[in-house]
Amino acid sequence: MYTQGLDSQGSEPVREERDSAGRAARFQARIDAEEKIEPKDWMPEAYRQTLVRQISQHAHSEIVGMLPEGNWITRAPSLRRKAVLIAKVQDEGGHGMYLYSAAETLGVSREQLVAQLLAGAAKYSSIFNYPTLTWADIGAIGWLVDGAAIMNQIPICRCSYGPYARAMVRICKEESFHQRQGFEIMLTLARGSDAQRAMAQDALNRWWWPSLMMFGPSDAESKHSAQSMRWKIKRFSNDELRQKFIDTTVPQAHFLGLAVPDRALRWNPASEHYESGPIDWSEFHAVLSGHGPCNRERLEARRAAHDRGAWVREAAAAHARKHAARAAAA
Amino acid sequence: MNNDWPLFEVFIRSRAGLEHKHVGSVHAADARMAIEHARDVYTRRQEGVSIWVVPSAQITASDPGEAEALFEPARDKVYRHPTFYEIPEEVKNL
Repeated sequence: MYTQGLDSQGSEPVREERDSAGRAARFQARIDAEEKIEPKDWMPEAYRQTLVRQISQHAHSEIVGMLPEGNWITRAPSLRRKAVLIAKVQDEGGHGMYLYSAAETLGVSREQLVAQLLAGAAKYSSIFNYPTLTWADIGAIGWLVDGAAIMNQIPICRCSYGPYARAMVRICKEESFHQRQGFEIMLTLARGSDAQRAMAQDALNRWWWPSLMMFGPSDAESKHSAQSMRWKIKRFSNDELRQKFIDTTVPQAHFLGLAVPDRALRWNPASEHYESGPIDWSEFHAVLSGHGPCNRERLEARRAAHDRGAWVREAAAAHARKHAARAAAA
Repeated sequence: MNNDWPLFEVFIRSRAGLEHKHVGSVHAADARMAIEHARDVYTRRQEGVSIWVVPSAQITASDPGEAEALFEPARDKVYRHPTFYEIPEEVKNL
């Protein structure tokens, strides 16, 4: 579902190689010419590491992102909503698979990546550490969280690394349904009873700010942005994308008759943009560093799923070995 | 150490009459499971009517470092293209 400018969240900054200046210059020239880089091509180690980190964080986000929505599958209010939600959650799983597959072209194993997630060593989008308290949250997630994800992901379709760009194209095609089904849920609630409208408003109140945080730290704080831009892994800054999201989403909230929970929000006719209030970055950093409302629960759920699935993985491998041995003997 | 199931590259024919095209990869214990996983991962919206899976380890790829040696010789052979030849406009069906 999404990445967060989390590429800027690595613990140790990666450094440009110095020994291979010529190759690095030729590499940059290819990028400047909008050529795509493919797995077997030479690439600076820092480029490779940046991509591994960003793509795997993105993959983890998809996988963890299945949890808050999965929470409502059994309680979806109709069979139609349930079928849609199952399909959406299944898509998130699929997006995780496309992305792990893209990351693996850079020489890391699936096992390593999953181990990093389960050990709590890998980051994933902060948004999935918030709880889904009501059915309206499923609407708000589709509308806002997937809306923010689309805003973030469309530029990555033109990323310089071929496998990541191709995975993104596939994901973006599927993501549009996610956002529309979410908005439809919100619209149904907004046109419903007072209690339903209140539920929709409450969901917007709780998801608005975390959705804005999905674009990552402000440009001033984003430490690797410039390098990622030069490498064309990133095309727009966090703040540019965030502003674009605000500008497109606020009118949608107005259409729903809901209030955006930002008192400072106002339209600036001169700049033709909405101006918004300050983001509480302390909340963002707290959630990213493991202290959000559901961080522990999310990781525990992933670990339990992994542990409980161990016998299936082992049995399937044993079955495959047995059949391979029989085929060899025959 | 790697306990992952083997990696398979996935190729999908989107509809009869078109070629299979590489779409990505899946891990699976065996080829049969690779097809099932590829079905779940790459064809949720009727993107395919046929799937090939190939163990990734079985693929031999050309080396980008040899790209010049491999592909450069074709560059100056423009006479292999029909547009190389100048034919008077009044001549039809050529």
